[in-house]
Amino acid sequence: MDITELTVHELQEKLKNKELTSYDITKAYVDRIEEKEKDVQAFVTTLTNEALEQAEKIDKAKEANELEGDFVGIPIGIKDNICTKGVKTTCSSKMLENFVSPYDATVVEKLDNEKMINLGKLNMDEFAMGGSTEYSYFKKTRNPWNLNKVPGGSSGGSAAAVASNMVPWALGSDTGGSIRQPASFCGVVGLKPTYGLVSRYGLVAFASSLDQIGPITKDVTDSAMLLNIIAGHDEKDTTSRKVEKKDYTKALKNDVKGIKIGVPKEFFGEGINEEVKEKLEEAIKVYKELGAEVEEFSLDIAKYSLATYYIIACAEASSNLGRFDGIRYGYRAKEFKDLKDLYRKSRSEGFGPEVKRRIILGTYVLSSGYYDAYYKKAQQVRTLVMNEFDKAFEKYDVILTPTSPTVAFDIGSKSNNPLEMYLADICTVSVNIAGLPGISIPCGIDKANMPIGMQLIGNKFQEETILNVAYTFEQKIKFRENYKPTFRKGEE
Amino acid sequence: MQVSKEELLHIAKLADLEINENEIENYLANLEDILNFANVVNNAPVEGLNITIGANEAKNVFRKDEVKVFKDNDSLLQNAPDESQHMFRIPKVIE
Repeated sequence: MDITELTVHELQEKLKNKELTSYDITKAYVDRIEEKEKDVQAFVTTLTNEALEQAEKIDKAKEANELEGDFVGIPIGIKDNICTKGVKTTCSSKMLENFVSPYDATVVEKLDNEKMINLGKLNMDEFAMGGSTEYSYFKKTRNPWNLNKVPGGSSGGSAAAVASNMVPWALGSDTGGSIRQPASFCGVVGLKPTYGLVSRYGLVAFASSLDQIGPITKDVTDSAMLLNIIAGHDEKDTTSRKVEKKDYTKALKNDVKGIKIGVPKEFFGEGINEEVKEKLEEAIKVYKELGAEVEEFSLDIAKYSLATYYIIACAEASSNLGRFDGIRYGYRAKEFKDLKDLYRKSRSEGFGPEVKRRIILGTYVLSSGYYDAYYKKAQQVRTLVMNEFDKAFEKYDVILTPTSPTVAFDIGSKSNNPLEMYLADICTVSVNIAGLPGISIPCGIDKANMPIGMQLIGNKFQEETILNVAYTFEQKIKFRENYKPTFRKGEE
Repeated sequence: MQVSKEELLHIAKLADLEINENEIENYLANLEDILNFANVVNNAPVEGLNITIGANEAKNVFRKDEVKVFKDNDSLLQNAPDESQHMFRIPKVIE
């Protein structure tokens, strides 16, 4: 048995009936990291020794009946923009290269309460700005299905680590698709919860009105389980909502009879790759066979959403990243004339080009003379997008689209063309603009053996619906049993 | 959307960023590209629509104004790029 192939719910079973100890599991992952990390480059920080020590302690405590719980001794990986006390949180930036958070993010506290084991911090685009993880200051993570391709981003390290079995599951963050798109590129499951379902406390802010933490997992059941752990109101995040505590695994009914699925035709038009379209059409057929009511409709918001997204996200980023000034933490330039010069040089040397580009764009759209034409307009479009989704959810339970217009692209093919990189987010950003939940699950592979992702969007706080619809499809096509990453290099 | 070099440098200054002479052209080209694209928001049918600021309806979330003391000063200061006598050290501000 290859332990690292198992899902978390399978690991739980084996822990429960004492077939495996936490140490067995952790050791299997540590060995896997040893074997695969040199090819995949998913981690910024590995905590393999610490994890093994912790697993040993946990096993002893369990033996002595001092510890119990469903997730005790289960390892996890964490995106490197989520604060972990005593462990570096770099945001894959030179700016925070040596930053050690003095506190834990609320989601990390929740993992700790379950006595889960942190295997390490995962690579990302700098400050979560990007769709390929190529904008990391430290390294380029590679796609386990083809090492010459990107894993997607910005949670590329999280998705690649899950896909290559270096962690059983991981936390990512999603501002415009940063959980769903890498999940799609790496053939795993990525869930962006409703805005306000999961606390953002301790998530390094990029665009506060769009950011949300969520699970990246091997299957939908694991996704529901990890959501159970991290969801919930938090006093420390005033945008987190008081919603009834749910057990999301109970929603997985393997039944979509009578469920109404809307398919917006604008998300299948120009720019969507033919093979992606084909697989999505096959998926639609599967849903029809399973008894769902599928209907095409018009949701003409994709291009407005994308422009709106980049205006709002950059505006918020330019404000949020104002805090990095080289005084209390973060990078400080070695040479400067005075205090103002210290700020400027520290920021200019500490941030990478994409981050600077977005700060400049954000400052531009907020500056006098352009505020009305861009920022205010974008906020109005945000209302429009929300209204259009409201109308759609009067008719449909779920909206089905591709997660990304294409499969994973070659490393280096878009990194010098920011606009082209932005256009790749066209299917995912509207979900963040409207604050909705969205999940990406694999629905097949293309001719070159690269995974294709399907996105299911739900109404606010209707995670149960999209999880069930995703689960039912997963049970039918059994993607994980049929397809596996090959770690091949280039076209073979 | 044409952005001038002066405008770019002004914006960079507002954002406390320095742009090298050899980066200017690249930034200008990128910014123009992106702004041209972003301009589609001006074609969206938004007349009469209110603005949306956040993704949910939460507003005016209050809590009791209670002091909570964070005692672990060392963990804060260990991140300081420069410190002295348990304080953040910065260059001289007053001439």
